[in-house]
Parts: sequence; structure tokens; C-alpha cells
Amino acid sequence: MTTPPATPPPLLQVRGLHHAYGPTAVLQDIDLDLPAGRIAALVGPSGCGKTTLLHLCAGLLAPQQGRIERPGAPVAVMFQQPRLLPWMATLDNIALGLKAQGVPRAQRRERARAAALALDLPEASLAQYPAELSGGMQSRAALARALVLDPALLLMDEPFSALDVGLRGQLHQLLLARQAQSGMAVLLITHDLMEAVRLADEVLVLAAAPGRIIARYRPPGEARARGEALVHRCAAQLLQHPGVRAAFGLPEQDAPDAAGAPPAGEGGGAWLQAPRCAAPRASHGC
Amino acid sequence: MKLLWRLLRGMPAYLWSGWGAAASLLLFVALWELGAGLYGPLILPTPLDTLATLRGLVRAGEAWPELAITARRALTGLLLAAGVGSALGLLAGLSMTASMMARPWVTLLLGMPPIAWLVLAMLWFGAGDGTPVFTVFVACLPVVFIGALQGTRTLDHHLKDMARAYRLPWRMRLLDLYLPHVAAYLFPAWITALGSSWKVAVMAELLATSDGVGAALAVTRSHLDTSASLAWICAVVGSLLVLEYALLEPVKRELERWRSAGGAPPAA
Repeated sequence: MTTPPATPPPLLQVRGLHHAYGPTAVLQDIDLDLPAGRIAALVGPSGCGKTTLLHLCAGLLAPQQGRIERPGAPVAVMFQQPRLLPWMATLDNIALGLKAQGVPRAQRRERARAAALALDLPEASLAQYPAELSGGMQSRAALARALVLDPALLLMDEPFSALDVGLRGQLHQLLLARQAQSGMAVLLITHDLMEAVRLADEVLVLAAAPGRIIARYRPPGEARARGEALVHRCAAQLLQHPGVRAAFGLPEQDAPDAAGAPPAGEGGGAWLQAPRCAAPRASHGC
Repeated sequence: MKLLWRLLRGMPAYLWSGWGAAASLLLFVALWELGAGLYGPLILPTPLDTLATLRGLVRAGEAWPELAITARRALTGLLLAAGVGSALGLLAGLSMTASMMARPWVTLLLGMPPIAWLVLAMLWFGAGDGTPVFTVFVACLPVVFIGALQGTRTLDHHLKDMARAYRLPWRMRLLDLYLPHVAAYLFPAWITALGSSWKVAVMAELLATSDGVGAALAVTRSHLDTSASLAWICAVVGSLLVLEYALLEPVKRELERWRSAGGAPPAA
């Protein structure tokens, strides 16, 4: 395994996190380091505790056991639903975080307008109520609300799942550009393995019941330089590993490729932590 | 300023939209006319007779002073109930303990008939303004309280989480998060309370005071003057309708604009 380049100190650090709702253990022994300027993606089946982990990192839930170190600087959250206030115009919704920080009215409206235009929101939509916008526009408004704060840490919970491929690609590029420019750390939850491989510097695969990290994968190269073919190949590589398939509850493949080892010379990614099978079977060597 | 302009601009359309309601009211009046034909003028005078009597009362200068007195008492009690009830309901909605404690109190207050409160008020406040105002206050308080309580408790917890994630200070949470949502529950409660306040004020005046519409009703009843009684009732109901539809309804529509938004196809 190649030694990673010198990483800055972690902006978000999670150690030994356990969480339970009543008697049900939801998260087990989660360790996570997210340096500034890096993107980490959390993938896993539904109900594996990804959203709970995000809420814990955002400070919305108190950690029961374990430690979470958050940056002092602003943390912005983008939820799975747009969660815009339905009685405020879109521009005021985007400026909400700035208003909470005490920024004066004219200034925050200017900044909100700039953030909205950067995300390609039409000018006319800014005066409308959220109910009058399409789902894609609401998602973009929610993203603008997060980005306008210039956060040091951005937490995103399946932010682009409601968007079409074209819009999603556009926002990916915008997010990467913004992140390269401002050096913010991003923790991204996604169902889409390809999105994870496309954007992230590190992909963490979680299994369910209880939620635990079973694999860490680093896609090759810089996120902005990954082409479509490479992303598809790496996502396929991830998806072919029996451990990952078991975590998602997918049936075994008939002829699995060499489990874990990156195809030589094809520029595949590196396993930082190879997945162990969740349910060991005799048919594949794990 | 923009708000006032928008209200004025919407006035003609709003008034025109009243034809439906007017038609419904006229149907009611038609049934009244039918009843009057069947039962005779002592039991039920015709609508035209009633209107003529009312006109006479207005011309004699008797109607407006009494209406003003009743309105003053009803609105004072209503404003007190609206203010106290809304504030308490909002606070109770924020605290689980307070809302559980408040429930039996509200049932108690709603269960007591206003006439019982009136008897107590007569003993406590005598024959002045205090009796009707207190009775109106106590009759309207539970309705407003429940409206505010339910409004506060039904706020979508997703929005509450978002507010916490974005570190909204308490003032913003109150003004930008809770109040607009709670307003949708408060306004119907206030409108109900307004209707109650009028009725309870007249009832209190009937028994306890010597001025106001209720007292005038007591006089006409003792004279067996059905026409004048109905005229006073029309005056009271009419003033209530004017207040509700000229004042409260436009404000309610303005506050609820964001709800009806989204009916138009969204700009893709």
C-alpha cells in the first residue's frame, strides 16, 4: 500500500463511538479522521446508522460513548430533505445561517444571491416560496444555504439523490471546485457508490445492525481528474468484493474477481482496510 | 407599506368573491321570511320589518352607543384572552411537562359553562364593565390556548433539527420558525374566540349590566317586542360579520400566502 501524502491534522475526529437507541445498538466502534481539504464518503445499506453518525458529527445528538472532536469554525449541514422554511422566500432561506450569525440584512442578501447564482439557481426563483420550486431547485437552495456560510466542515446527507444525472454532475464539479478553493472538509453520505468513488478521497463502507465500518477504500488520483471509465471500474471493484456485497445484502457473484487486490496496471484504488466478510462462507476466500 | 398596497389592491377581488357568501346568507333570509309567514309577527317578524325597526333604532341614535359599549367589552376581553392564551400556549407547547399539566386545566375551563362564570363574575365585579370583560376572557382563553399549544407541538421536527444545526438564536427561532407555523393554528382559534366573545358579552350584559346590547335585549324582551329584539340581534351579528370579514380574513389570507403558493407549476 502506498504511503499517503502528508495529511493535515484532522478537522473532524471520531474515536470509539458507540450509540444505541434504547436497547438497540446503532453504531459500534466508529473511528474516523477527516483532515481539512479532504472528502470522505460514507456508504452503506439503509438503516446502518449513517444518518445517526452524521447527526452526531453535527452536534445534534449527544455522543453516548466515545469522543467526537469538531472544529470550532462553522459547520454546515445539508440534510436529505431540503428542509427550507416554507413561509420564507428562497433568498431569505439561503441567508438563514448568515442571519443567525448576525450579518446585516443587505450584506447577507447579497451573499445569498451570489451563492444562489453560483449554483445556477434562476434569479426569478429567489423571490418565490420553496413550494413553488422544483425538487432539484430546492436541493440547490439547501446547498447554497450551507455553502454561503463558508464552512470549515460540510456534512451532507444524500444531498444529490433527488437530482438528475446532468444536474448531479454539475453540482459535483461545483462542490469539488469550491472545496479545492476553500479547503473545507466534507463528510458525505450517499447511496450511490459511483458518486462516492467520484468525489471522495476516502470511501468508508458501513454494514448494518449494528453500524460499523467494514472497509475503507481510497480511489486513485485526484477527485477532479477521475474520468467516467475509471469511476465505473473502481465502483465495480468495490461492488464485486464479497464483503461489501454481504454488507449490502447482495447475492454472491458466480465468478468473483480477485478479491481486494487492485487490478495491476489499471490504476485501481487502494484498500486502506480490506473488508472482512460479514457472513463468512466457504465458497470464497475472504 | 408594500403590505398595505397589496391589501388595497386585492380588495376589489376580495369583495367580489363575497357574492357566494351573500347568496348563502340570502337563502337564510328567505327561510326566515317563510317562517315569519307561518308563525305571525309576534313570534317571528319578517326580515323587512326587522330591518325597518333596526333603521329606526339607528336613526333615533340608540343603536350605535350600545353597540360601541358591547364591542368595547367584547374586544377588551378578547384581546386579554388572545394575549395571555397565545403566550401561555406557546410556552406550554415548548415544554412537555407544561403541556401535560395544562390539559386537565383546559378541559376544566372548557367544561364550565360561561353562565357559571357569569354568576361568579357578578359576585366579584358587580354591575360594571368588569363582569362582561372577565366572562369573555375566561370563555375565550381555553380556545386560544389550545390553538397555540397544538400549533407549537406540531412543528415539523425536521425544521427544528435544521434550526439547531444552523445554530439559530432563540429570537430567530421564535420569530422565524415557531410563529409563522403557529399562526396557522392561532388564527382560526382567534376567529372562534371572536365569535365567542361577542356572544358571551351580550349574554353577560343581558343579566348583569344596564347598558350595552344585552341590556337593550333584556328591555325589549320584557316589552315582548320581538321585532326590536331581532333588530338588536341583527345588529350584533352584523357587526361581528363585518369585523371578521373586513379585518381578520384579509390579514389571515396575507399570512397564509405561502400555503397557497406552489399551486402554480414550478419554474423548472
